Amino acid sequence: MSDHAAMKNHAAPHANFNHGSLRGYLIGFTLSVILTAIPFWLVMSGVISNKLTITLVIISLAVIQIVVHMVYFLHMDFRSEDGWSMMALLFTVTLVVIAMIGSLWIIYHLNSNMMPGDMSQMP
Amino acid sequence: MTYTKVTTTSVAGSDSPAIEFVQLVEHEHPPGTSTLLGFWIYLMSDCLLFAGLFATFGVLGGSYAGGPTPKEVFELPLVALNTSMLLLSSITYGFAMLATHQQRIGRTQFWLIITALFGAAFVGIELYEFTHLIHDGATPQRSAFLSAFFTLVATHGLHVTVGLIWMMTLMIQVGRGGLNLANVRRLTCLSMFWHFLDVIWICVFTFVYLLGTLR
Repeated sequence: MSDHAAMKNHAAPHANFNHGSLRGYLIGFTLSVILTAIPFWLVMSGVISNKLTITLVIISLAVIQIVVHMVYFLHMDFRSEDGWSMMALLFTVTLVVIAMIGSLWIIYHLNSNMMPGDMSQMP
Repeated sequence: MTYTKVTTTSVAGSDSPAIEFVQLVEHEHPPGTSTLLGFWIYLMSDCLLFAGLFATFGVLGGSYAGGPTPKEVFELPLVALNTSMLLLSSITYGFAMLATHQQRIGRTQFWLIITALFGAAFVGIELYEFTHLIHDGATPQRSAFLSAFFTLVATHGLHVTVGLIWMMTLMIQVGRGGLNLANVRRLTCLSMFWHFLDVIWICVFTFVYLLGTLR
């Protein structure tokens, strides 16, 4: 019953939610295809021999593609849900960065400090 | 609106000023207005789950225990095919949402079916890859790298599978109830879930497959 009543002012409950447009989806899709094809091509063809360079390029492309998905597919902006969606996202990104960098950093140091590198030196 | 009526009648006899107060601040709270934000926060918690799995893979990804290395087991053309399936399913779900907001039931269901087919192709290719790996002896038990790999990628695959079940359910619900407010809300939640899984997959093919092959 509530559904039926609400049908009349259909747009109201989602008024601050961006639905996206055909143009937006097509732009997002095209950008995603390009941003997916480049890293696969880089790795499969091996045009860049420097490992650090290719790693940084691939990670940058992934970050750009995530932003493209967030904007064109998930319709993230600072207005939806009065900014709370973006707030939750930024908080999560902070936690993810701490968890990822913290884990990798600590375990890398544990490995390099505590792994017996050369067993012949042991008493 | 029935909500106001109930409030008024229940305290009508008491002649309390609280009635005035209730009516002054009265504003509409249709069911489900906070569902989208709530679902978004669920997705963010899911993101933390994946962060844990990615961190595990980042730490254990180089521990082969004498077993196969990523370069030996990963088939990048297959992963590229898989990625395109998920990407295509993302845009077809977008088309379904556009049809939903135009109140076109048939077109919504058509694009949902196309999306589900792409999603099923993704899961199928992933299962083929897994059986291939296990057949070659690259089982989850073989090394820490493979344990972390299977846990991370299969958790994503499981999410996609759940998304597919949800999509089937919604197709039936849309068929029965049309594109009413509740069904539009459910379709919007699944839309967020589906595009979110694509975002996770970007991280999977970048950090697991591509950077793994470079390792």
